[in-house]
Amino acid sequence: MSVQAVTGTSDVTAILPRRGGFAGSLSDLLWRRPGLLLFVMLAPPLLWLGVVYIGSLIALLAQSFFSIDEFSGLISRELTLKTYGDLFQPANLDIIIRTVTMAAMVTLASAVVAFPIAYYAARYARGKWKALFYLGVMLPLWSSYLVKVYAWKLILAKEGILTWLFAKLHLSWLLDSWLSLPVVGGNSLSVSFTGTFIVFVYVWLPFMILPIQAALERVPGNLVEASSDLGASPGQTFRNVLFPLALPGIVAGSIFTFSLTLGDYIIPQIIGTSRLFIGQAVYAQQGTAGNIPLAAAFTVVPIVIMGFYLWGAKRMGAFDAL
Amino acid sequence: MRSDRSQSAPRGLKIAAAAGLAFLHLPILLIFVYAFTTEEKSYQWPPPGLTTQWFAATWARPDVWQALGLSVQVAAISTAIALVLGTLCAAAVSQTRFFGREAISLLVILPIALPGIITGIALRSAFSLAEIPFSFWTIVLGHATFCVVVVYNNAVARFRRTSGSLIEASMDLGADGFQTFRHVILPNIGTALLAGGMLAFALSFDEVIVTTFTAGQQQTLPIWMLEELVRPRQRPVTNVVAMVVVLATLLPILAAYYLTREGDQIAGAGK
Amino acid sequence: MTPAVAFQKTSRHFGAVRAVDAVDLEIKPGEFFAMLGPSGSGKTTCLRLIAGFEQPTSGSISIFGERAEGVPPYRRNVNTVFQDYALFPHLNVLDNVAYGLMVKGVGKDERHRAAEDALRLVQLPGYGGRKPGQLSGGQRQRVALARALVNKPKVLLLDEPLGALDLKLRESMQEELKQLQKALGITFVFVTHDQGEALSMADRVAVFNDGRIMQVGAPEEIYQRPASRFVADFVGSSNVLPPDFVQRHAGQRRWGSLRPEQIRVGRDKSGDGVAARVLSRHYLGAATKLALDVEGLRLHATVPSGTAVPEDGEHVVLSFNRDQLHLMEEQA
Repeated sequence: MSVQAVTGTSDVTAILPRRGGFAGSLSDLLWRRPGLLLFVMLAPPLLWLGVVYIGSLIALLAQSFFSIDEFSGLISRELTLKTYGDLFQPANLDIIIRTVTMAAMVTLASAVVAFPIAYYAARYARGKWKALFYLGVMLPLWSSYLVKVYAWKLILAKEGILTWLFAKLHLSWLLDSWLSLPVVGGNSLSVSFTGTFIVFVYVWLPFMILPIQAALERVPGNLVEASSDLGASPGQTFRNVLFPLALPGIVAGSIFTFSLTLGDYIIPQIIGTSRLFIGQAVYAQQGTAGNIPLAAAFTVVPIVIMGFYLWGAKRMGAFDAL
Repeated sequence: MRSDRSQSAPRGLKIAAAAGLAFLHLPILLIFVYAFTTEEKSYQWPPPGLTTQWFAATWARPDVWQALGLSVQVAAISTAIALVLGTLCAAAVSQTRFFGREAISLLVILPIALPGIITGIALRSAFSLAEIPFSFWTIVLGHATFCVVVVYNNAVARFRRTSGSLIEASMDLGADGFQTFRHVILPNIGTALLAGGMLAFALSFDEVIVTTFTAGQQQTLPIWMLEELVRPRQRPVTNVVAMVVVLATLLPILAAYYLTREGDQIAGAGK
Repeated sequence: MTPAVAFQKTSRHFGAVRAVDAVDLEIKPGEFFAMLGPSGSGKTTCLRLIAGFEQPTSGSISIFGERAEGVPPYRRNVNTVFQDYALFPHLNVLDNVAYGLMVKGVGKDERHRAAEDALRLVQLPGYGGRKPGQLSGGQRQRVALARALVNKPKVLLLDEPLGALDLKLRESMQEELKQLQKALGITFVFVTHDQGEALSMADRVAVFNDGRIMQVGAPEEIYQRPASRFVADFVGSSNVLPPDFVQRHAGQRRWGSLRPEQIRVGRDKSGDGVAARVLSRHYLGAATKLALDVEGLRLHATVPSGTAVPEDGEHVVLSFNRDQLHLMEEQA
């Protein structure tokens, strides 16, 4: 019966003729020369990223070896380390130290705030709740960066909701005494390092939550139970079991929080003091000051710091948690 | 027997997690309240009164419409370029083995791994070295560069899940390279590309740091907002724009989530 | 007669790895041919060379007398049933089966009719509307078969098609495949690492090892007269006998093989034969398999059920017919 319908092959040859047309021969050619196919696939992205983008980066770095003539303001294209000498002047060194300290504190605070969220999402949230947690992290992550910064400008303003909240709780004295402290204080939260710090933590927090959650998802739940079965207190379980297992995730997240803080120039400009961070210094040097070599030298700082950071992170296995 | 899962979390953990999520969401919600405030000179809380008049005022502003129009165009074209480049890269990396495969992934991630200011200033100085005047296309060039990675991440994740023998099966059944692409590869990676495209669009739509370096006199919506943040002139209009931007980015993110949730994760870390 | 598939000194090297090394092979039209070997022996690469997924590094391949080197898979009238079935997850069963006809430009009604026929042939009528994800492993395998057969290939390649199925299903599929092949008259080339499967289904078997063919022949020939120690060892569980043992008992200094069921186990210690000691016993249902120590050599023998089985540690006497001791050409 149906066997007949399917059989009856004899009149067809085993090798079919090449299909006519350009597409047919092109397909045959690319199939026969997989190297050519690979080239066709890789050439456009490599031209764009490898040539245009990397080329720009190298051009930028090269300019850090030029110098600016202090009188004429013209850039001299002789290779020199003079610009790097300028970079280590006390004022500029202050900027670097300030930025790195801020990045370190932001990273630490993000990890502390992120851990409970990530831990709850990884270990206790199930089904619908899990999806809700995921979106609860993804939505702020992808929400407009400027809108987020703007929201904090509203919150931290002198006449804003935070001052109001402190007043309602009869804690205005606490806020005032904090603001009167040197370094972290200021006229209002929106023009203090405290404000800058809070906004940095807020904006980069999702970047810390996701890798920690990914690392914790891989910890079998019974490992935690085994630890309590063996008589460990919750504190001991955290120190000896959970924290070491979450560490690659924390390190992975810290790559983002650290790098993003190092390079940001908008948050300290909108919420913060007049003392500069690296990003602002780069912006000012290339813009108003017209000192491209020094701006370029400043960008080398985060690159070098992140280079060491990534090298260390890789050794700790952080990339598996990305 | 899922005893380890059925137990509930310690109260302290619950509170800390809830507080953390509230910390993430309350500031954004606050924007919605401010869009209706009657106060125009300061950020006063609580709002002295509520009104919808600023929506009409914003609607009538040509500069907002212009900025919005530019942002949409830039995002659309950057996304299109990123889709092509990211898919090609993902296909090459996941379908073949060649020397330097790992370097490609690194290269794709670099534009977002490095602080945006570095990408921005590098492109700016390259434009000035090559004497390219700032234009619509210089903005697109910058945006497409960092949008490639979100498309790439989504496509690579899907390629990894798609059995390699599907392509062989298609060719075995008589489909040449183009037919295989159209009938097998594209349908299988389609939703991942759609999700990647939406994320790329959202990323470009929101980008400000690189844009400040690659735009001349033109204002994208984020640049417009940045001006308002640095020198507030029309607070009520800014409030309304901020709220609309939040709502507008919400949709592609939700859509991308639903398109990719079976199995792979949205490449969230790709921002 | 033109062979369905012919390899001439065909090699496929991946760098230093000789996956297929100077293989000569002829597969006859209408034959059910099995390629048997351990994993990494080159059998799957041979299959992929026929399908066109791999190109020979040297040597030639012809399919029904036509040279196939440099011809892409989509221009070969050869179809494959993949190990993981490789059904297109985005298409329903009917469109999966009709895919080959669709890309050849056959109209929708005609190709759907043909696909329905093919589904009937593999006993899955009416399953066209389902997605591959809704099918069981056995059903997917049938769909993969229908998807290949609907193209009326000159050669059908099957890559470990039964590997993922459970034992019972595998046995019934073996019979069905065999019947289907007989009914269709298409040349089947079948890759497996399961010697039972190869021997029971194929008209001829090629045994692969290290990229080379060790022996080609009918199943009985491979089983009864293995050409080398590797074949004797891999195909079934023949006892491989070293030359000095064979010299003592058969008079020739050659490697030999002796099947376990051809050894008779006598419990009378004074009888003629080779003295042995029972090491352990394994009850197999129809027979009991004994592990024996013979002059320091470990041999296996089977005793049919119903006869008395010696105890562990008992001394016994083994005997066999000289002509059943098969002498092999030595290969290192």
